[in-house]
Amino acid sequence: MKKKLLSVVICAAMVSTLLVGCGGKTEQAASNDQATEEAKADEGGADKGGKLVVGFAQIGQESGWRDAETASIQQYAAEHPDEVELKFADAQQKQENQIKAIKSFIEQGVDVIGVAPVVETGWDQVFAEAKDAGIPIVLVDRTADVDEDLYATFIGSDFIEEGKVAAQQMAELIGGKGKIVEIEGTVGASAATDRKTGFDEEIAANYPDIEIVASQTGDFTRAQGKEVMESFLKSNPDIVGVYCHNDDMALGAIEAIKEAGKKPGEDIVTVSVDGIKGIFEAMVAGEANCTVECNPLLGPLFFETAQKLKNGEEVEKWVKSVDGVFTSETAADVIDERAY
Amino acid sequence: MKKKLSKLSENQWFWPIVIFLIIILFNTIMTRGEFLRITIVDGHFYGRVIDIFRNGGKLMILAAGMTMVLATGGTDISVGSVMAISGAIACSIIKGVLLPGLNGSVAAAIILAICAGIVCGLWNGFLVAKVKIQPIVATMILLVAGRGIAQLITNGKIVTINSDAYYFINGGYILGLPFPLYIVVFLVGLLILFVSKTAFGLFLESIGCNSQASKFAGIKVDKYLLAIYTISGCFASVAGLIESAGIKGADCNNAGLNIELDAILAVAIGGTNLMGGRFSIFASVIGALIVQSITTTVLALGVPAAYIRVLKAILIIVICLFQSEKFQALFSKAPKAKKKEGVA
Repeated sequence: MKKKLLSVVICAAMVSTLLVGCGGKTEQAASNDQATEEAKADEGGADKGGKLVVGFAQIGQESGWRDAETASIQQYAAEHPDEVELKFADAQQKQENQIKAIKSFIEQGVDVIGVAPVVETGWDQVFAEAKDAGIPIVLVDRTADVDEDLYATFIGSDFIEEGKVAAQQMAELIGGKGKIVEIEGTVGASAATDRKTGFDEEIAANYPDIEIVASQTGDFTRAQGKEVMESFLKSNPDIVGVYCHNDDMALGAIEAIKEAGKKPGEDIVTVSVDGIKGIFEAMVAGEANCTVECNPLLGPLFFETAQKLKNGEEVEKWVKSVDGVFTSETAADVIDERAY
Repeated sequence: MKKKLSKLSENQWFWPIVIFLIIILFNTIMTRGEFLRITIVDGHFYGRVIDIFRNGGKLMILAAGMTMVLATGGTDISVGSVMAISGAIACSIIKGVLLPGLNGSVAAAIILAICAGIVCGLWNGFLVAKVKIQPIVATMILLVAGRGIAQLITNGKIVTINSDAYYFINGGYILGLPFPLYIVVFLVGLLILFVSKTAFGLFLESIGCNSQASKFAGIKVDKYLLAIYTISGCFASVAGLIESAGIKGADCNNAGLNIELDAILAVAIGGTNLMGGRFSIFASVIGALIVQSITTTVLALGVPAAYIRVLKAILIIVICLFQSEKFQALFSKAPKAKKKEGVA
C-alpha cells in the first residue's frame, strides 16, 4: 500500500516536472521568436549603422551582487539610447538557455556578445560559431574554460589585487605592526584562494612587523565568521586586526568582538572585501573600518570595451574593473548610493 | 562502589557524558589549560566552555526533537529549512518589511515565527501519518521547498536588523550564563518531563518497534506521529530564532544548512537506534554537545582549513567506535554487563 502510494506520488511529480519543463521551453522559444522578430524589424526599418548593438546573456537572478550588475548594464543602455542598443537575455541559471541566447544573437548579427558564463565548461562550440561569424565574445565577471583565441576579452575583478589592497589598508590602520587574524572564504573558491594569496604575499613582502597569527575558513557566512572569531579571540587575546574575505563574515566577527568586551573598529580593526550595504552601515556606526569593493557596476566598462572592439581597437585580454576602497571616514558620504 | 559504577554505566547517557568529558580534557591538555579558562567580561562568564553551550544550544534543541522522530523509526530532514523560514519571518517582521502593521514588534515576530514552525511540522506530520509517504521523502519536500520559501520571504537577500531585544535570544545573559542555555533547559526539560511522566514515551518506542502491532494494541499511531513531527518543527523554529538572532539577520542561503545531519549524528552518538525503539532525549542532548565541541576543538587547535572536515570525520569514527558494544566488550572483562538494547 505504502509503496503503491509512493510510486503514484513520484509519477505525479515526474509528470508535473515534464509539464513545467515543457511550459518553460515554449515560453523561452516564444521569447526567442519575439527577439528574432524584433531583430528583423530592426534590419528592415532603421539603419543601425552608427549604433553599437550588443547582446548580453546574463546568468539570471542569483544574488544581490548580480542584480546590481544587471541593473548597471541595463541602466547604461537606457541612458544612451542613441549610441547603444542592448539585447538582454535572462538564462534563469541554465547554460542551455545562455547558449540559445548567444546563437540567437549571432543570427541577429549583433556587433558584440557579452556573457557571464554560468559554468566554466562547454562553451567551445558556441564561441567558435560566434568567432566564425566575426562577432567578438566578451566574458563578464566569470571566466570560461576555453582557448584564449575564442573570446576577445574578460572584464572582471582581480581578486589577488583586492587582497593586496586590503593588506595595505590593514597596515595603515594598525600602524604597520601587530598581530592580526584572517577569516577565509569557502575552501577552494577562487575568490577565497586569491584574496588570501594577495593579502598574505603583500604582508610578507612589505610589512615584516605584522604577523598573521591564525587563519581559518568561515565559509563566507556570517554565522561561521562569528564562531571562528570567537575562537580566535580566546587563543589570541592580543590581536589588533581582522581581515575577512567577505563583508558578511566581518559582520559576524564584529558581534564576536563585542561579546568579548572589546570595541570593534577601535580595539580590533576590520578590513573586508565586497562592499555590501550592511558593512557600510557598520562603518557609519564606527564598528567596521574598511571594505575593498568588488565592483558589480560593470555597465559603463562593458559598453566602452564593446565599442573599442567594434572599432577594431586593441583590447587587453583581461580588462580589470576599477574597485574602490571605502573607509569609515568616507562611508557616510556614499552609503545612500549603495545599490546592493 | 564498583557496583554503583557498573549500574551507572548501564544508563544510555553514561558513555556520551564520558566522551564529552574526554574531549574537554583532551582540549585542556592541548591548549595548556586555556580551554577551561573562564573569565568574567562585562558581567557575564566568558570562555570556550561557555561558547560550546551557547553555540550548541540550537543543536541541542534540534536533537531533542529529532530523537522522538527517530524513535518512531522516522526522520525529519527538513529542520534546517524550517530554521531558515523562522529566521526569515522573524527578521522581516522586525525590520517592518513583512506585516508592517505590527510595527516591528519582537514578541509578535517570535510568536509568528514559531507558528510557522508548527505549520511546517504539521505539514510533515500530515504527509507521514495521513498520506503515508516515507518520512525521508515526505520531509525532503520541505527540505528543498522550505529554503525557497524563506528566500521568497526575504527576496533572496540577507535581512539585517538592529534590535537588541531580538539579539538577546542568542547573545543575552542571565546570571552570567548565556540565554540559549535557559531556552534549552526549559524546552528539553519540559519534553523529558512529559515523556517520562506520561505513557507518551512508551507509545513512541512501541511505534518504533512495530507500528502495525501498536495499532492493533490500540495506540493511535497517526495521532502520535502528527504530534512528534509538529514538536520537531516547533523546536526547529526556535533553533532558527537563536541562529538568526546571533548574526542579527536572516541568511536564508546558509541558516541551518546541513544541520539536519548534525542533529541525526547527535542522536546517534547519544546511542538511540536510528531504526526506532528505545531512546533517550538526555543522551541526544549530550550528543549535540559532543558534536558542537568537535567544532570548537578544531577551531581551538587551529587546524588549517583544508583539514577540518577530515579531522571531524576521524573524531566521529572514534566516538562511534566507543559507542559500539563489540568495541566496548574488548575492554570490559565482564561481558555480562551487556545491555539489552536495540529491541528493533
